[in-house]
Amino acid sequence: MRCCLLLAAALLALAGAGCARSRDERTVVRFWVMGYEGEVVARLLPEFERQHPGIRVDLQVVPWLSAHEKLLTAFAGDALPDVCPLGNTWIPEFAALGALEPLDEEIAATPGFDAGDFFPGVWDTGVVEGRTYAVPWYVETRLPFYRRDMLAKAGVERVPASWDEWRTAMGRVKQVAGPGNYAILLPLNEFEPLLSLAIQQPEPLLRDGGRYGNFRSEGFRQSLGFYKEMFDRGWAPVVTNNQISNVWDEFGKGFYSFYISGPWNIAKFKERLPASQQDDWMTMPLPGPRGPGASLANGTSFVVFRDSPNKAAAWKLIAWLASPRVQAEFHALTGDLPPRRSPWSTPALAGDAYARAFRDQLERAVSTPKVPEWERIATEMLLVGEQVANGRLSVDQAAEELDRRADRILEKRRWMLDQAQKAGVAP
Amino acid sequence: MRAPHSLAGWLFAAPALAVIVVFFGLPVLAAFALSLTDFDIYALADIGNLRFVGLDNYLGLLQNPLFWKSLGNTAYFVAVGVPLSVALSLGAALLLHSKLGRFKGFFRTAFFAPVVTTVVAVAVIWRYLFHTKYGLVNWTLSWLGVDPVDWLGDPHWAMPTIILFAVWKNFGYNMIIFLAGLQGIPEDLYEAARIDGASRWAQFRHVTVPQLGPVMLLVGILTMAGYFQLFAEPYVMTQGGPLESTKSVLYLMYDEGFKWWNLGNASAVAFLLFVLMTAVTSGLLWFARRRGVE
Repeated sequence: MRCCLLLAAALLALAGAGCARSRDERTVVRFWVMGYEGEVVARLLPEFERQHPGIRVDLQVVPWLSAHEKLLTAFAGDALPDVCPLGNTWIPEFAALGALEPLDEEIAATPGFDAGDFFPGVWDTGVVEGRTYAVPWYVETRLPFYRRDMLAKAGVERVPASWDEWRTAMGRVKQVAGPGNYAILLPLNEFEPLLSLAIQQPEPLLRDGGRYGNFRSEGFRQSLGFYKEMFDRGWAPVVTNNQISNVWDEFGKGFYSFYISGPWNIAKFKERLPASQQDDWMTMPLPGPRGPGASLANGTSFVVFRDSPNKAAAWKLIAWLASPRVQAEFHALTGDLPPRRSPWSTPALAGDAYARAFRDQLERAVSTPKVPEWERIATEMLLVGEQVANGRLSVDQAAEELDRRADRILEKRRWMLDQAQKAGVAP
Repeated sequence: MRAPHSLAGWLFAAPALAVIVVFFGLPVLAAFALSLTDFDIYALADIGNLRFVGLDNYLGLLQNPLFWKSLGNTAYFVAVGVPLSVALSLGAALLLHSKLGRFKGFFRTAFFAPVVTTVVAVAVIWRYLFHTKYGLVNWTLSWLGVDPVDWLGDPHWAMPTIILFAVWKNFGYNMIIFLAGLQGIPEDLYEAARIDGASRWAQFRHVTVPQLGPVMLLVGILTMAGYFQLFAEPYVMTQGGPLESTKSVLYLMYDEGFKWWNLGNASAVAFLLFVLMTAVTSGLLWFARRRGVE
């Protein structure tokens, strides 16, 4: 008898839900978000739905590790969502697939949407062949975290701003760091440190519209030479992150005094280093060949997929999430850095000493080459960079080898561009 | 009169054959067809961008130093790892089978435990054990006056460490098979050997080993097939590094296929590995047949 009652109750509930659903005539925006940000953005969405009564957001959190594969599979199976934040380096790939909707018209038609407020290098990552496909959500760039006390001990009074000043600083730190310790950590399993140094040069990393590698340029060879020098002089240990096990701990112990990394480590160092050491570390803009240099413009940006049936509603969601007020709120919840200038004047960010260097650096952020094959080429750069650090290749040999590998990877792209030209379509 | 009989035979075999054709034959053919094209993300966008390249993927691989390097790494792993693993599991099985053994239940569980653990979880612990500065291994070696070894960071030591890890992780499985084989050897054979005055070593060589022949062949083939597919251990311990000294053929295929989406190339790698494994396994079977083990 009781089970019958339960069944009846369940049926009633189902019927009720069915009615509720049929009454809900709001437009549903399917929204995929990767990682922790997905959990956080769920807390912001109710306010968006209150302000836009005609829209309901269907949020799905996707793990970062499988995100790229999942998106490509969804593309092949026509199952892409309406909106998704893509990693900035994935945008050219999805643009080449023809999966993205250009947003230029919406941007122009939205009153109060100020594209000029975004950091230019970050905004540029979403512009492929003259069309804007993406609006930045949060950014990360790479710059050195450093030990103030070690620099003071080494007699370095000014935070280095150019490579030459940095060389002097690293040489002195190495002398006072003690046996077995180093000046800087450049993990050999990350391409970002070398890439950050490489994009500081005026020459592009690929030439002829992304048809060939341009690693034999004078600029890249200088950057690679500086990278090699740091290992050759014993300023940097020849290790990967895996061998360190705990990068924060080793930084605190003085195994290295400079560590090129991203903004997420601000929170990590606050959490992992003991209270007595909290005054001993700081962030600084990445030194360049001749004074303050450029760095990467990574992070994620919102895109609308071409097959989305709800583009107008999708754009409203993007415009709302990219607005300065929501950006500031999002920063307070996650610590992620906003890609536009106005949220940086809120007290939380303006008063954060650790974030200040990032604010400065973001003005000089630069997009990496916008070809779908870029991530693979960057991985080859990592592998060749590792051989250089191990003394197996000279700078010139490495530059030649990189060009060879990049040219091979770009073969299909060249064929595609030639086909397009033959067909008379602008590439 | 024979035709209906053979027809009945085919009919009985049909369900199994259908399953084999649908789930093995067709996918293999499809993969082979894919390996003759340059399927990549451009082709995913528009199938018109697919080019038929014939055997170019295979030729490209044979000219790619990284393919030869990962093939060499895999061969190294198989050549050292398989005999080591078989010897270790046989040794453990003999110890557990010995009448002098104590706490057999405990040791059997303890030796088998690594097989059921998760590679990812265990790899974290192993990375600490082999840590250059804080690892238990280097700490123990320092007592013997050995300088710290950079186990996972030195291109010469990374593969031996991976081999140790894989052997430790897998030997328990073969041990159980050997144990079953040992229990199947009749006691009278040992008794007769003892009466003839055979030493323990002679008993092992002339009774245990020949009697275990078929089991050894089975274990050898299973282990070899498994070890050729080296992937998880370097993936979680070293990501193929340092200097690609632990990159295996399967790892190369994973990179090509799932990281870079060059499915044509990845299928070619898979096919080459398949051909290689078939050749080696056939060679092993031929050797066993010649020795009359089968």
